Amino acid sequence: MLMLTCPYCGIDADETELTPGGQAHLTRETVGSDDDTFESYLFMRENPKGVHFERWRHSYGCGKWFHAARCTVTLEVFGTYSAQTTEPPKEICDKISGKRPGWSWGSFS
Amino acid sequence: MSTRLAQQGRFLNKTKTLKFTFNGKQMKGVEGDTLASALLANGQTLVGRSFKYHRPRGIVASGAEEPNALVNLGTNGQFDPNARATTTEVFDGLQATSQNHWPSLEFDVGAINKHLSRFLPAGFYYKMFIHPRSFWKHIYEPFIRQSAGLGKAPKARDADTYEHFYAHVDILIIGGGVAGLAAALTAGKSGARVLLIEQTAHWGGRAPVDGGIIDGVEAEEWVSSTLQALEKMKNVTLRSRMMGAGVYDHGYVLSYERLTDHTSESTGPRHRLWRIRAKQVVTATGAIERPLSFAGNDIPGVMLASAVRDYVVNYAVSPGDRTVIVTNNDDAYRTALILKHAGLDVPAVVDARPEGGGALMQQVKDLGVRVLTGKGIAKVKGGKHVEGVGICSQAGEGAVLEDIACDAIAMSGGWSPVVHLWSHCGGKLIWDVEKAHFRPDVSKGPTGADGKPFVVPAGAANGAMSLANVLAGSVAAGKMVVEQAGLKPKRIVTPEGESMPETPLKPVWMMPQGAGIKLRSKMWLDYQNDVKVSDVQLAAQEGFESVEHAKRYTTLGMATDQGKLSNINGLAVLSDALNADIPDVGTTTFRPPYTPISMGSIGGEARADLFQPIRKTPMHDWHDEQGAYWEPVGHWRRPYCYPRSAENHQDAVTREVTNTRENLGLLDASTLGKIVVKGPDAGKFLDMLYTNMMSSLKPGRCRYGLMCSENGFLIDDGVVARIDEDTFLCHTTTGGADRIHAHMEEWLQTEWWDWKVWTVNLTEQYAQIAVVGPNARKVLEKLGGMDVSKDTLPFMAWADGQIGGIDVRAYRISFSGELSYEIAVRAGQGRALWDALVEAGQEFGVMPYGTEALHVMRAEKGFIMIGDETDGTVIPQDLGLHWALSKKKDDYLGRRAQERDHMTDPNRWKLVGLETVDGSVIPDGAYAVEDDTNENGQRNMQARVTSTYYSPTLKRGIAMGLVENGPDRMGEQLEFPKIDGTSVFAKIVDPVFFDKEGTKQDV
Repeated sequence: MLMLTCPYCGIDADETELTPGGQAHLTRETVGSDDDTFESYLFMRENPKGVHFERWRHSYGCGKWFHAARCTVTLEVFGTYSAQTTEPPKEICDKISGKRPGWSWGSFS
Repeated sequence: MSTRLAQQGRFLNKTKTLKFTFNGKQMKGVEGDTLASALLANGQTLVGRSFKYHRPRGIVASGAEEPNALVNLGTNGQFDPNARATTTEVFDGLQATSQNHWPSLEFDVGAINKHLSRFLPAGFYYKMFIHPRSFWKHIYEPFIRQSAGLGKAPKARDADTYEHFYAHVDILIIGGGVAGLAAALTAGKSGARVLLIEQTAHWGGRAPVDGGIIDGVEAEEWVSSTLQALEKMKNVTLRSRMMGAGVYDHGYVLSYERLTDHTSESTGPRHRLWRIRAKQVVTATGAIERPLSFAGNDIPGVMLASAVRDYVVNYAVSPGDRTVIVTNNDDAYRTALILKHAGLDVPAVVDARPEGGGALMQQVKDLGVRVLTGKGIAKVKGGKHVEGVGICSQAGEGAVLEDIACDAIAMSGGWSPVVHLWSHCGGKLIWDVEKAHFRPDVSKGPTGADGKPFVVPAGAANGAMSLANVLAGSVAAGKMVVEQAGLKPKRIVTPEGESMPETPLKPVWMMPQGAGIKLRSKMWLDYQNDVKVSDVQLAAQEGFESVEHAKRYTTLGMATDQGKLSNINGLAVLSDALNADIPDVGTTTFRPPYTPISMGSIGGEARADLFQPIRKTPMHDWHDEQGAYWEPVGHWRRPYCYPRSAENHQDAVTREVTNTRENLGLLDASTLGKIVVKGPDAGKFLDMLYTNMMSSLKPGRCRYGLMCSENGFLIDDGVVARIDEDTFLCHTTTGGADRIHAHMEEWLQTEWWDWKVWTVNLTEQYAQIAVVGPNARKVLEKLGGMDVSKDTLPFMAWADGQIGGIDVRAYRISFSGELSYEIAVRAGQGRALWDALVEAGQEFGVMPYGTEALHVMRAEKGFIMIGDETDGTVIPQDLGLHWALSKKKDDYLGRRAQERDHMTDPNRWKLVGLETVDGSVIPDGAYAVEDDTNENGQRNMQARVTSTYYSPTLKRGIAMGLVENGPDRMGEQLEFPKIDGTSVFAKIVDPVFFDKEGTKQDV
């Protein structure tokens, strides 16, 4: 039962208010992509023990999608931010670097 | 035998006698008794039979850890199985029965199993019942089921009520013993919002029994003055009879409050499940004494040493006149002192330590009690009750040196901190070699959202075993949680604790240490699941070396007590068998709840009418008045049909279909999803969501569209109407409205967030009525108000106007193949329009029709239904819907996925119609078989039925199905085996059975 701060409402939302949406920062592949690229987009997901970026929707609140950066081991939340971006904000990456030096996730580090 | 004492009994109000029954026998207790203490006071030491061998069992413990004394409580709607007698408070009229025996507790046929125990070792069921395979279903399973299980499942509906309660606090302290009280006092003084909970009815924990001085007064006095101080603090809430059940992520804790279990009066809810968010949690959950593993340690009369003194001091009950104490530590000597002071006999204290104990031992010796050091118990004499013990050398193999007559045995193998709640959310443990127990590794607690620990253990739960250490640690824990909750701790003087000094214990995992197999087969580890030392050793020998494997193979710790008494002892036996250190073997996983909680409390208020809200259309009451037979569709209730007197459902559906095709039908279509998509980019957005081209739709027109997931599979369908240049109204399936709206929002917010589009789910804002049949236009024209002629409002067009004076939007769309108008009105006027249509329609033969008639008519027309023809693995191409896949668009959700080789495989199962040869109806979900068989000897499959109905229009069975290469096999006959062993044969035909040209709907 996580508690995540909705970056739109600014409130601490209990997990029962939220809908999980899996890994964040996927790049959509479509017509014209080769099979491997498309398979990777559709099915291949990070499954890290540690830093992770996820999508959540504040379904029983404002209805907005947002992203959360958290540690899957300690459940520490490094920050939440708008889903309307292709990469995590610098201040969150910096915060992670401070706590998990040398981290990397997908193309981010 | 056990009996009531004249003196003592700090929990009792002896002036108030209570009557209760045990197995139908009238017994008396007094106010303050638990069922366990009352049974003992009545001399009832045999309370149950064990799970596997049906051995006679008595009360072992005095608290939540009790493995044996499980009883059925109450009757009918108040029946409750597997209740622990030790945590059940007696009230006037309580009815308890023992479990797992037949025909009676005293004489049990299943006890024959104990003579077969040699043949029923660990893993017996796995090994024995595997062959022959066919025996499992018909012989083994019914037999095992009959003899398995302890309590019986309740049969009657639960007569009690339950509720959930939400609480947000700075600090939750679990456990109301000295440690919890000291931590609460510290935290309370800082001003933090504190919730202190205690699972029993009494505050103070063990200290008042075990003795000791706090700040110069008796522990009991300190407890009551501290309690008074806490009650005065407005920021502190105290709750007894409330157990911390589980600790979860980010400070979420479930607690279980038992409100009326202790009384015969039941006003208000029986249990309350607290859903707590705490910034910080203190686990002051105490410790549990471990049994010793000696032969016959399960015979009634063998109890934990701490429980024996609890019964004497708290409940004025003597477990026996002559109690032998067996121990590996100093603490058990307290039991000898209390028994002697109560005037009871202690024939001997058997101390496994060659050098014996310290000051406590000396006090016992001074009272003239024999202390035998370096000794153990070789065996216990007695069947249904202890009659004596055989003493042996702990170092030897069990040769009896001496017999001592006794009627009770108090055992102590040391104390294990209750680390369950610490561990639930990932708190790590360390092995304390000196005290021979696992305790919390305070540097590795469960972490919260800030990455810092949110659980702090205190007192015995943290391994502190002396009063001074308990108090110092608990005040420190209190300060720590205040700081970690972001508050400032107040200065507080740590209460001084004085208790008798203790010398170290000696770990004893088997008594005597060299016991042979015969003795080891009588040493119980897990009383409730009948697991012995020999079983765990066998598991290790057979290669189940991981503690998790050994647990499952032997069932150690898997009973309702979750191994509270047995896990550490079992672990030690396993590590010894593996020749490994205990911490290297590790523990099994601690999982919530700490002790079982009622199913009722988990459900809370969500039962019967409150289980789920029911969505009702504006015409719901009318349907109900007409005797509609309801069908749940999502949270909606829709009329399945409207049976008239003496009419069965099939007849009603046939009548409704026929009348709609011949005269006039009305369908309440209000539940259909209605989503407005608006904005300059709305057309572009819908082109991505639907497989069709929606941006080319003209205002005033409608188009049927398909929606796929990015994986290519069909997820919804419906008619889209273009309202104006930048506004569309998307109809979805009834069940799909919320899901599809969420799907739209997900893509809009997370992929195309720069597109100028807004979506609103208007499903409940409009009522919608389908006016269907050859007389549809006539009734609308009679009501008047707008031109509904073919020229002005042709098929697949819509128009705003008035019908009978009500503002409407009329869509010329048809899901039945008939002339059809779907009329949308503001929800508040739905009933008025419906009533007007019913009245005006009388002369045209109007009848309402339900969802089944809707299904039959759409199947006659070969229209697909999401959820029937689709199941999450079906793509539009499978259903012959190529015409709805735009070739003009570069992209839509699912398009790339539909290019994958499996999706373009020519051998996919595709939609066709199926016409039975004999006119009968193919059973729902039937599969068509091939002539050949697979490797298991089963016929291969080549088709499955997706929709099957009796068609009143064609007067025969019709079906649709997905058939391998179906469209290329028109006219072929398929065989569908039925459950009764016969088969039905059907011909592959076009899926459109009725009015193939579509002339009826386009008039």
